[in-house]
Amino acid sequence: MKDLKTPGRPWTSSPSARALGALVAVLLLGALFNAEGAFFKWGTHRDMLRAVSVFGILACGMTGVIISGGIDLSVGSILALASVTFSLLTIHWHWAAPWAVLACLGVGMACGLCSGALVAKAKMQPFIATLAMMVFARGLAKWVTGGEKISQAVKQSDGTFAYVDLPPLFKWIDSRILYDNISVVTLVFLTCLLLCWVLLNKLRAGRYIYAVGGNEEAARLSGVPVGLIRIVTYGVSGLCCAVAGMCQACQEYQGDPEAGAGYELSAIAMVVIGGTSLNGGKGSIWLTLIGVLTIGYLDKILSINAVGEDKRLMLTGIIVVAAVLLQKSRR
Amino acid sequence: MTTPLLQMKGIGKSFGANRVLQDVHLDLFAGEVHILAGENGAGKSTLINILGGVHQDYEGQILLDGTARQFKSVLEAARHGIAVIHQELSLVNTLSVADNLFLGREVCRWSWLQRTSMLAQARQWLAALDLDIDVTCPVEQYPVGIRQMIEICKALSLQSRIMVMDEPTSALTEPESQRLFGLIDTLKQRGVGIIYITHKMEEIYRIGDRITVLRDGQAIGTARSHLLPQDTLVTWMVGRTIQEQFPNHAPHTGEVCLQARHFTVPDPDRRGACVVDHVNLAVHAGEIVGVAGLQGSGNSALLNGLFGTFGRRVQGDVQINGRPYTAFSPGHSIARGMALVTNDRKTTGLIASMNIIQNVTLASLKAFCEGGFLQPKAERRAAAQQSRALNLKASSLNEDMDCLSGGNQQKVVLAKWLETRPRILLLDDPCRGVDIGAKHEIYELMTRLCTEGVAIVLVSSEMPELLCMSDRILVMHRGQVTLALNRDEATQEKILYAALGKRNNA
Repeated sequence: MKDLKTPGRPWTSSPSARALGALVAVLLLGALFNAEGAFFKWGTHRDMLRAVSVFGILACGMTGVIISGGIDLSVGSILALASVTFSLLTIHWHWAAPWAVLACLGVGMACGLCSGALVAKAKMQPFIATLAMMVFARGLAKWVTGGEKISQAVKQSDGTFAYVDLPPLFKWIDSRILYDNISVVTLVFLTCLLLCWVLLNKLRAGRYIYAVGGNEEAARLSGVPVGLIRIVTYGVSGLCCAVAGMCQACQEYQGDPEAGAGYELSAIAMVVIGGTSLNGGKGSIWLTLIGVLTIGYLDKILSINAVGEDKRLMLTGIIVVAAVLLQKSRR
Repeated sequence: MTTPLLQMKGIGKSFGANRVLQDVHLDLFAGEVHILAGENGAGKSTLINILGGVHQDYEGQILLDGTARQFKSVLEAARHGIAVIHQELSLVNTLSVADNLFLGREVCRWSWLQRTSMLAQARQWLAALDLDIDVTCPVEQYPVGIRQMIEICKALSLQSRIMVMDEPTSALTEPESQRLFGLIDTLKQRGVGIIYITHKMEEIYRIGDRITVLRDGQAIGTARSHLLPQDTLVTWMVGRTIQEQFPNHAPHTGEVCLQARHFTVPDPDRRGACVVDHVNLAVHAGEIVGVAGLQGSGNSALLNGLFGTFGRRVQGDVQINGRPYTAFSPGHSIARGMALVTNDRKTTGLIASMNIIQNVTLASLKAFCEGGFLQPKAERRAAAQQSRALNLKASSLNEDMDCLSGGNQQKVVLAKWLETRPRILLLDDPCRGVDIGAKHEIYELMTRLCTEGVAIVLVSSEMPELLCMSDRILVMHRGQVTLALNRDEATQEKILYAALGKRNNA
């Protein structure tokens, strides 16, 4: 967050400071409406982190896509596809966990690369290309499963159900470690965050992602392989979807072809609330972390105060607008 | 003495701690062209923005016809007859000419558009300016010169009495500029007062009645243009005497670096047509080859085609240092020692969202990586070195592009390309929108690179620049080279004659 130190400009104009401002406001709200002290218990925060992790993993991949000037609407569907693939391979076909994980990552990445190729090579608009992938991947997930959820109950040829054991990986990912203090999915999320940070801030490819988002033509004329970079960002997003899909399957003990509907919008909202510009070229993975936490806490605070889902959704909508307006007004 | 149309008294303005205007006086009479000159960053744009109602918090007073006015918005300024014609034209390109002229004040009856009456009215307005164009065509089908005139026509139809033109000729060809000057004469006769911002000396003396020079936010002086010699004007602008605008330079001709035979760039919009048509070109090490031509003559497309901007659509036989070159992609071109400074740093040169360091290292980023990982220290070192060598003025290397003046932005672009250690430097109007001081530094840089054996191809919209910097000059017309001249035989007349094509045999 080196922006904080940029000389000659008030610190309030730095994107990270503004994003942090929104998060702090939400935390203050939590301290105020603490539901008789529930907000001050670590368990609340741990559960919030667990609930937000799957979205956070999607948001990691989404950040790269958005910085490169694109958008990925297919993340929810690819999540579902990965989740049913993982369940099918491990629960029904009894694949060993490492192979199943690799296969899922392959499926997710293939979907992402496909969207990327449509954008970069066929010159389709990202919105259209990923919309097509969103529909296609959802269909594929339903076709693979025959429209059924993939769970421990395996349908036999005579129409009855037999129950099989859940592979240990499911239970482990759904568990908490470090004396019950943090969920494994949260650690998976943090790992994704770290890897994306390395990609965006430490690798040459990351610099190119920013350059392509900032000014595609100038980047191309400077020798940046624009098409390849675009494909890579969608590929990474696909990988993140696969990871999120597997986590989702483990948390639900099943692979649901209907899972993840609408998740793409949550992931985009998290990235944008952090302050990453939809115009591309600006933003960072840490801003996304702040966005993820802001939405996560908001949801948690409303739920511990027993605000009904109807009001929760309305309030979330209002607060998303407020946060974005806040960032705009000081620009 | 009549009351001036406009008086700006004691105008001052700060952005935060940065004082950009200090006690500036400016007045404008009806039927007068008042030139506003000054280097980039002198405060011209800020002054214009205050007049146009963009900035509302300023010190001082604006008087229209002797009455003090305070504009709360751009719209209010427009209602008082002030029209600002910006460098970036503010027309909606996909709408028709008539729709643009009536944008925001369509003629309606019961909210139904009265198309016939609008078209008739639009034709009338355009005819008053001797513009014979189809008002139902989308604006984007017309060249920039015509679009500018449409915009002027729009301003006139709004009863504007004060027109501000911000470097209007920067994107115009010579005939288009001449036409604009004719239009300005018409406007003067109609009693319109014009504030005209320009960097070009010839224009100042061609159309200006009076000149006001701004420097570092202060008005240095105002004078009638025929009473102000060019030397004094330049001294006012830069605050120092520039003895000679162009550095001396002797060719250091070596081996042939870049050779193109029958180089052709097909026109992407028209099948079978070419923007560059069988051009032969040979550039030696240590030589500057100027390519003259009006806008659209193909000189800019020639540079872009050679560099690979258009990919492998181009045809012809190109050799770099004697080895054939067929890849035609920017990446390959850079690897073979070519660099292209494009003519529009905003859209094709800089990445506005990245800082100076990141922009400088972008084209040579592989050299700053180990195993794909960036080396920030090496990057900073290189950027610092380049910015010192180019005398880049910035408070820090982490500065964003929008904090820099045009001249300094151009230096960042140059630094980016010099960092690739080019052997062949293609310069497409490198001094566009750059102030005099920075221009001079760019000329000196070119001279220095020549002595180091870099081959330079220069395309420029400014004739003196081409004449004084080039060792040889090729003149292009409609994609073809119509004339090749050596330095000593080149004159402005010969070049213009060839650039206009031999058809108009006058």
